[in-house]
Amino acid sequence: MTMTQLQSASPSVSAAAKAPGYWRSVGQRLMRDRVGIASALVLLAIVVSALAAPLIAPHDPNSGSVMTRLSPIGTPGHLLGTDATGRDILSRLIWGGRLSLLSGITPVVLATLIGGTLGIIAGMSGRLVNGIIMRITDIFFAFPSILLAVAISGVLGNGLGNTLVSLTVVFVPQVLRVAESATVQIARQDYVDAARATTASRLLIMTSQVLPNVLSPILVFATSLIAVSLVVAAGLNFIGLGVAPPAAEWGSMLNELRDAIYINPTLSILPGVMIVATSVCFNLLSDSLGSAMNIRETDK
Amino acid sequence: MTQHIRTESLGLPDVGGPAQPLLIVRDLKKHFPVRSGLMGKAEKVHAVDGVSFRIGKGETLGIVGESGCGKSTTTRLLLDLTRRDAGEIIFDGRGLGGGRDGISLKELRRGMQMVFQDSSTSLNPRARILDIVMFPLRAAGVDRTKARDRASMLLDRVGLHPQAFGHRFAHELSGGQRQRVNIARALATAPRLVILDEAVSALDKSVEADVLNLLADLKAEEGLTYLFISHDLGVVREVSDRVMVMYLGQIAEIGPAETIYDRPGHPYTRALLAAVPSLDPAKQIAEPPLKGDPPNPINPEPGCRFRARCPYAEGVCKAIDPAPVPVGEVEISCHMCNRASGHSQAADWLDALTKETADA
Repeated sequence: MTMTQLQSASPSVSAAAKAPGYWRSVGQRLMRDRVGIASALVLLAIVVSALAAPLIAPHDPNSGSVMTRLSPIGTPGHLLGTDATGRDILSRLIWGGRLSLLSGITPVVLATLIGGTLGIIAGMSGRLVNGIIMRITDIFFAFPSILLAVAISGVLGNGLGNTLVSLTVVFVPQVLRVAESATVQIARQDYVDAARATTASRLLIMTSQVLPNVLSPILVFATSLIAVSLVVAAGLNFIGLGVAPPAAEWGSMLNELRDAIYINPTLSILPGVMIVATSVCFNLLSDSLGSAMNIRETDK
Repeated sequence: MTQHIRTESLGLPDVGGPAQPLLIVRDLKKHFPVRSGLMGKAEKVHAVDGVSFRIGKGETLGIVGESGCGKSTTTRLLLDLTRRDAGEIIFDGRGLGGGRDGISLKELRRGMQMVFQDSSTSLNPRARILDIVMFPLRAAGVDRTKARDRASMLLDRVGLHPQAFGHRFAHELSGGQRQRVNIARALATAPRLVILDEAVSALDKSVEADVLNLLADLKAEEGLTYLFISHDLGVVREVSDRVMVMYLGQIAEIGPAETIYDRPGHPYTRALLAAVPSLDPAKQIAEPPLKGDPPNPINPEPGCRFRARCPYAEGVCKAIDPAPVPVGEVEISCHMCNRASGHSQAADWLDALTKETADA
């Protein structure tokens, strides 16, 4: 190899360094996954309609006429019928998506940030720090998650903020455990030892070697946790520990329509369909994300 | 014309001159605690138990021994990837952690680097090859452009075209190519001592030969010193100037490769070499020279570690730890090589050994 060849090699390498990155290749693989695309599109539709609720909802979600109470599905003007106080169910479902998605997704985002950070720290720390963090985590695992959420919400009182806090507390230990076990497994790898054998600081090793490799198991788990979170949040609202009554939310709507189950059963199913559909889509998306992020599946 | 890997800005200067051994290790020890059950008494695995050796500048020291003899632990202790319990590490005359005249761990880790055994786990699966080779440079504070140029040069030196390979991921490379990346990364900060921990063991024979040739070229061109660890006795003989035979965390025998391979002085070395399959029908053996596994290294009893499997073991072997004895240029830790040890066959063994030496 001559000097001139060497020098000519360098600029093209910088060009090559701009070749599709890891995240773009994950995106490309996700685009080839039909189930992933379908669930992402359904979720997108739900999120967009919730955001655009004031524009697309046909009626005011909080006012209705007693004259038209419990109209069946397909009633002109009320496509999905009306509830016991005559409010338009379609409008309430669209508006309800706002609170339901907010109380389903926010706790998971918070829990991923808190639990992920603590988990990585625990996984990279020595016996003592790891022991302290993990034993405290174990205490939370002694309670079933719904029971714990109900207990914390009950203590804190009603309201959206308290629901978010209680769900975050429930999910932090779960994310933490996934992050810790992933980190422990990664920290044992030779490439981390190779990085340790250089002059790199602990922080640099953590951010450059460990984080990119534990991120995918944490993100995949968090996505599937949203599915759980949506159901638990709806559950809290169903038993009246969440948002205050007039506000539309799928869980509390399910409770309001509970009485209609004998008169017009199809009506009472509607909020449940929304909860299940969203939850299932997040689960499917989590699966697709898991395989798209598996680096070994590239080029296969 | 080849661009040299050595650079003034990165490498450590030659302090002691050619006579100063590049690495001196004195009485290195690592005892791993193991606990059997919650209430079980704490026991210690004597993984490395009083290992002392030196490596001259430009030399290749080979380490051989069965699995679990402490070869890999020794290398990890040298780089402080595992904290040593006791022992001195002196690099080019400067002791690690030795105060003002000593060498800091950071300096040591620039002067000494390691090529790992398993090429599939030693490269970050989510990093591009060029970034992997750049990492030690970036960690040492080299700016991005310079690090990138140097990484390209290193890839080129190990036979990987930077344009073709720089942007790839480890899983897109073959085992031999990954090991070349490993070598390029180890050489990034211009180390003077490179530890090759089973660096070619997982490769196909033909690829292994390629990588060995590359290592030989790099050594000749860059004046590197190698610590070469392998369980493949043939490869070790090929590449090593001197050889160190380890058994259960201790050195059985250390000396020039030719002498040890032709006239092994320790019964363990003899058995190890006899276990190498031969194509010569006259040399083929029906019975394995070594039976069973090495004994458990947990809390070993005093005396020679090899005595349980040694055909010449006597009372003295059970009572006293054999100290290393010089026989010619070789140091052997065996009572039979010490006339004063009280072993009944000491005189015969030594006479036979010196006679072989005289005949050679």
